Amino acid sequence: MSDRREFLKKTGIAAGAIAAGSALLAAEAAAGALPGLVLLPAPMPPPMDAATKELLMEALNTAKLAGATYADARIARYRDNQIFTREQQIINVVDQDSMGCGVRALVDGTWGFAATRTLTKAGVAAAAKEAAGIAKANRVARDKAVQLAPAPSSPDASWQTPHTVDPFTVAVEDKASLLLKANAEALKVAGVKFVFSGLFFRKQERNYANSDGSVINQVVIQSWPLMQITAVAPDFSDFQNRGNVVAPAGRGYEYVGECDLVGNAGKWGEEAAQKLKAKPVEVGRYDLVLDPSHLWLTIHESIAHPTELDRAMGYEANYAGTSFVAPPERFLGKFKYGPAFMNIRGDRSQAGALATIGYDDEGVKPDDFLIIKNGVVNDYQTTREQASWLKWWYDQQKLPTRSHGCSYADSWSSVQFQRMPNVSLLPGEKDLKWDDLIAATDRGIAIKGDGSFSIDQQRYNAQFGGQVFYEIRGGKITGMLKDVAYQMRTPDFWNAMDMIGGKSSYQLGGSFFDGKGQPGQVNAVSHGSVPARFKQINVINTGRKA
Amino acid sequence: MRYPLRLIEVPDGAILSRDESKNLIDRVIKMSKAESIQVNIGGGYSANVRFADNQMSTAGGVTDFTVVIQSSFGKKHAVVTVNNIADEALQRAVAQSEALAKLAPDDPEAMPALPPQQYQQVNAYFDSVANLTPTDRAKAALTALEPARTAGDITTAGFLVTNASSSALGNDKGMFAYHRSTNANYTLTVRTKDGTGSGWAGGEHNDWNQVDIAGISQRAIEKAKLSRSPVAIEPGRYTVILEAQAVGDLVQLTGGYVDARSADEGRSPFSKQGGGNKLGEKIVDERVSMYADPADPQILAQPFDGQGFPLGRQVFVENGVLKQLYYSRFWAQKQGKTPTGGPTSFIMSGGNASVEDMIKSTERGVLVTRLWYLREVDPRTILYTGLTRDGTFLIEGGKITKAVKNFRFNESPLFMLNNLETLGRPVRLAGTEAGGAIVVPAIKVRDFNFTSLSDAV
Repeated sequence: MSDRREFLKKTGIAAGAIAAGSALLAAEAAAGALPGLVLLPAPMPPPMDAATKELLMEALNTAKLAGATYADARIARYRDNQIFTREQQIINVVDQDSMGCGVRALVDGTWGFAATRTLTKAGVAAAAKEAAGIAKANRVARDKAVQLAPAPSSPDASWQTPHTVDPFTVAVEDKASLLLKANAEALKVAGVKFVFSGLFFRKQERNYANSDGSVINQVVIQSWPLMQITAVAPDFSDFQNRGNVVAPAGRGYEYVGECDLVGNAGKWGEEAAQKLKAKPVEVGRYDLVLDPSHLWLTIHESIAHPTELDRAMGYEANYAGTSFVAPPERFLGKFKYGPAFMNIRGDRSQAGALATIGYDDEGVKPDDFLIIKNGVVNDYQTTREQASWLKWWYDQQKLPTRSHGCSYADSWSSVQFQRMPNVSLLPGEKDLKWDDLIAATDRGIAIKGDGSFSIDQQRYNAQFGGQVFYEIRGGKITGMLKDVAYQMRTPDFWNAMDMIGGKSSYQLGGSFFDGKGQPGQVNAVSHGSVPARFKQINVINTGRKA
Repeated sequence: MRYPLRLIEVPDGAILSRDESKNLIDRVIKMSKAESIQVNIGGGYSANVRFADNQMSTAGGVTDFTVVIQSSFGKKHAVVTVNNIADEALQRAVAQSEALAKLAPDDPEAMPALPPQQYQQVNAYFDSVANLTPTDRAKAALTALEPARTAGDITTAGFLVTNASSSALGNDKGMFAYHRSTNANYTLTVRTKDGTGSGWAGGEHNDWNQVDIAGISQRAIEKAKLSRSPVAIEPGRYTVILEAQAVGDLVQLTGGYVDARSADEGRSPFSKQGGGNKLGEKIVDERVSMYADPADPQILAQPFDGQGFPLGRQVFVENGVLKQLYYSRFWAQKQGKTPTGGPTSFIMSGGNASVEDMIKSTERGVLVTRLWYLREVDPRTILYTGLTRDGTFLIEGGKITKAVKNFRFNESPLFMLNNLETLGRPVRLAGTEAGGAIVVPAIKVRDFNFTSLSDAV
């Protein structure tokens, strides 16, 4: 969580953003595949260079000599490129580049980890020794020995985020000029006084090897255009923001073009100005129609987090919390999370999604799996260490006990652990759209965009705001509302879902900054969703005056 | 693991001295062809141990060192960050920051480089932390694991992290600042195996000898046992005693809203209707002061900000009155004010009451251990939502009578500090969701706004 806060401080904007919409939908519809859009395959990354491979082997051999029964090593380069602007001026241009080696060693059933930025044989060997040494020191406090589920090795594998333009090849002046043009469009709207915008790109060149024989190199590219537009009342009595306008994506620079910031900025500016005049919501129970640009975050908080297996087993109790979906034996195949048409999928394969990857950070090729199947809890997110905890269930289901490939470290200097894959609400059978859900609703509120979000440490009680809120009366949108937030209890909320959109209304949302773990790590993850309706949800008014 | 110090390489995990830092920065400045250059460097060694479900989970040690280079040409500037300090890598980074800066549009708000400054010295480095071994850390974990395994009905999850690092910055106008520090942070969550109780405790200091590891473990265990089988009470407005951790979780957020520019622009809780800001207005109870002071013995923070601006004691709220907002160098110049620098600490003044005193004086109220998942709901009032966590209790007739279910709240630190009853002694916290070094007291307030119940334990 702290890294996200750091970023917030730096940029002054809320993290998390929403899917771009039209361009994505068009590509989606054209592709006809679900979920996710289909992109042209990118060329494979160049093969791992011999020097890097030699260092990886040095680390593994040293760890083994020091007593490790299993070890893995990652040598990676993490690059960030950011440009931020306000109104008609630049705030900053930042390029970050970090390289190093992280070694994980399992000695006598206990983990140790060490990382160094010294990329020499002596440097990585020292890290490997330290990892094994830490593992041995911790043996005194061990209870059960760690056991890893089997995973086939990938001796010569590679993968790359499909993209057409590497954002790191685009000139800074082109990036700046695009943002300043978009800002100018927003500032044309009466009432709009301030605009913050930015472009945030990541490129990760990851090299991996483990003592089971895997040697993998991958290149990950992620892009996020940001914009927050502020309208201020002439007498300074009120101000309203419209932010989180575009979702971050596992795409190249071509995604920035598809988001069309310049073309959309005026519309987003109008929404900010309109919020100043919007009617304060009356508290009460309403039918909510939630857009994928909003619902992704509710899925993230109330489904994706509680079905992380480490969390359910108490491994995150001291920070992110535990889960109400625990213990697994009381939930798997038994607990009705929502209606029978509710299917939630975990995957790291959707094109354009942030958690999409060829191999996870312990060399496992991820599979697609249903976390909720026909409304009932069906599986959890796992790593190799965790998969064996559910062996009884997989045996019952006549499925192999294998990791779903959810191991992830946010840097060479962080130890890998279980992180969220893309977790998505699959479309319904009927191809309903947003407008169909509105038309079917007599008295309700429609919400687009993610806003304030807060949920308890077991993921029961949550409160969500949004970006724009509309009153629905007699099947029509009748005007804008403000100060809306809904409160919910997770199982009640999902069981109140009575209508969902179909294939053509599926869209990705996501976040660059999902926090978990100690020391804190951030994960980038996408959530696909269709619009959905929820019956009689408790809505509060947040517009209290000082 | 220490390598002999060579001239151009920083040894892995070593803490750079003032002279070594100055040499490295000067080396980078010499590579510059820009009109102006600022170099920030920092790094060291961080080690941790993590346990959960009464067993070891992960543990690690990380060495890293980062160099941040900002090159400027007139009103153009760009920043490049690298963690490779070989000459050739640094030369590449300098050239890259110059190339980016030249291509970037003008920043009309760019300020000239700072001339040399005077800084106070804060001794924040303690060998007691720097010399800890993996075995010492494993032993600390045993202060929680052993009693939990013996008790049989509780499960522990904890985290101990120690850091030793140096940071320095300088520019081509002769400005140079250096600071080194250590830190030890231990937090523990204890849950009862029946799933009905959860307790938390934590501590932090620059000096290992001032973190009572065994005491923290004991507190969390006792709290977990006491919090078993909570009952539901109606949400609503209650007299609430917030332990220091809970106070820090909410009150520290005020620090994120003290930007003078946002206030002057009409988009801040400290904007004045009709224009201007609320400087000089009473915003909270007159017993409350909020200030920053890197040299406070409970804080020991870096005495300069990321731009090299010197930081001393700075009072933002004095006796309830808004005395100071944050002025960047640009905004201060524009408004004819003095720039403040970016604070590295947060302190709230207190009183003399103990939490026990506050409980004794309460006919009916709620005792809160800590807050969780705080998120802004309305920036106009600093209204936040969040939940209580890891030990929430009902007080009746001056005594804790039972554990109660957790609440969601919708509350602003400004509203809360206007409903103040009693102040306790300020203590250093083990961090908050917002991070940073914080010293705040426990407090008792009226009419705290609990809006719903949570089944979460």
